[in-house]
Amino acid sequence: MSARDFLDSIEPIFTKGGKLEKYYGLYEMVDTFIYTPSDVTHGTTHVRDGNDLKRTMTFVVIATFFCILMAMYNSGYQANLAMEAMGLEEAAGWRSIPMMMFGYNPMNPLSNFVHGALFFLPIYIVTLAVGGVWEVLFATVRGHEVNEGFLVSSMLYTLILPPDMPLWQVALGISFGIVIGKEVFGGTGKNFLNPALTGRAFLFFAYPAAISGDSVWVGVDGFTAATPLGLAATGGLDAVHAAGYSWFQTFMGFMPGSIGETSTLAILIGAAFLLYTKIASYRIMGGVLVGMIATSVMFNMIGSDTNPMFSMPFYWHLTLGGFAFGMVYMATDPVSAAMTNKGRWIYGVVIGVMVVLVRVVNPAFPEGMMLSILFANMFAPVIDYFVVQANIKRRMKRHA
Amino acid sequence: MNEYLSLFIKAVFVENLALAFFLGMCTFLAVSKKISTAMGLGIAVLIVQLITVPVNNIIYHTLLKEDALAWMGITGVDLSFLALLSCIGMIAALVQILEMVLDKFFPALYHALGVFLPLITVNCAILGGSLFMIERDYDFTQSVVYGAGSGFGWALAITVMAGVREKLKYSDIPKGLEGLGITFISAGLMSLGFMAFSGIQL
Repeated sequence: MSARDFLDSIEPIFTKGGKLEKYYGLYEMVDTFIYTPSDVTHGTTHVRDGNDLKRTMTFVVIATFFCILMAMYNSGYQANLAMEAMGLEEAAGWRSIPMMMFGYNPMNPLSNFVHGALFFLPIYIVTLAVGGVWEVLFATVRGHEVNEGFLVSSMLYTLILPPDMPLWQVALGISFGIVIGKEVFGGTGKNFLNPALTGRAFLFFAYPAAISGDSVWVGVDGFTAATPLGLAATGGLDAVHAAGYSWFQTFMGFMPGSIGETSTLAILIGAAFLLYTKIASYRIMGGVLVGMIATSVMFNMIGSDTNPMFSMPFYWHLTLGGFAFGMVYMATDPVSAAMTNKGRWIYGVVIGVMVVLVRVVNPAFPEGMMLSILFANMFAPVIDYFVVQANIKRRMKRHA
Repeated sequence: MNEYLSLFIKAVFVENLALAFFLGMCTFLAVSKKISTAMGLGIAVLIVQLITVPVNNIIYHTLLKEDALAWMGITGVDLSFLALLSCIGMIAALVQILEMVLDKFFPALYHALGVFLPLITVNCAILGGSLFMIERDYDFTQSVVYGAGSGFGWALAITVMAGVREKLKYSDIPKGLEGLGITFISAGLMSLGFMAFSGIQL
């Protein structure tokens, strides 16, 4: 019996009048995840594209593939490096058991990879389990479908956390992101802030010790390593060079940082995929890039004797911190971004300008990508409003 | 010049009256259903703030502050306990006068602002602006800049709020949260976004 036949045979249990009609959302989730639904639009409107919401969301998850690979490799690599530096023979806690087979040599790719996976997977599993429970709970009670949007949110959320994040905080963050950031507004497509970022911002302000500072970016207890961006915030590019980071290294992603956002290369591969499939808007990405470059060039020209961040060139802004990841995966979230084409450029530029502004002139936070995107999310509806109004005025004039 | 620019930016973003101090919440939540009306109210607040803060500043510095009456030959008198009262009275009076002036000379603007102008009399963001001005001991120029900045910040916040609420019209909000409930949650989430500025030293 094929999976299709099996799903068809149990469908009556879940449809109206069936024994488990309350859980139709669950059935529908599994069904449409495996098979493209055969539903067509009624009435005069016709969808011309076979690409529905589920495929769109799944494509984003596929686009993060290289980021995930790099996430695992780099987290493990950094942890192994740290252990070598500290002279540790064995990882603390449960990770030492599976790692017995692989050793802790940072030169051994397999060891790096497995060690990194042991950081990535627990966070991802907790995110999926806790977020999934909320998602299914709301879907069942409120009668909407369980949406692949959650798969995207949970993957992105995992990739932007530091590897050493306590798992109960991971659970708390995704709960806030899913429930307050999305489900209270009615689920996927109804929210106005990016749920993954909302969850992270909640953790950022509630438990700053676990998600900022120098000791959380490498998954070895007691090891302090500032991210290159953190170094730049205090000592400028000189400090980054002094710590032994070259631009190419930060571009490849071999540096401490949030799990999946270190490698600009992997992110750009994902960006190419998203742009090729036309899932992400090139206008938003372009806007973010333009805004970032313009603002950083402006700061370069102003210059400052006391603040070394003023002189950081734009190509360093691109590779350090979460800029590239935010630009490609977070800013382009079609729900929380601006909807009009002109608005998308403006929206992108707002993010680009804000992120450099926060990085350079706000001493409280070394990184500004998360808050900049949330900030621009708020402004997206107003930007759209003014773009639409301008368009109306222009056409009124033309037809007057 | 630089100093005034940073004061302005600080008043707009870092110390936003609506989203950092949560002042003027009643109008902020009540009149933010449509972007166009929210903008009208925002502009009204901006104008009133721009007038009342400097005027209160003059009154405070020439009449109420300790030894401020020295120009009349009276020393040793400290009337600053009257600041709250005089600010409220001043705002109410000024809004009334402003209303009459607008009605007489700028009827278009008057009709655009409509009922919001008298409503502003009791907006705590306005009073808050004046009281902050007194507490932080701004001089006259600073008070003009601060009035403009804080008014603009509030206007910006309510416009953004209205944008978000217009978008939320298409949401599927649980019954119990419809209306004010979801608006409170949205305002909270918005202030999370405005946290990007907290800590900026200008």
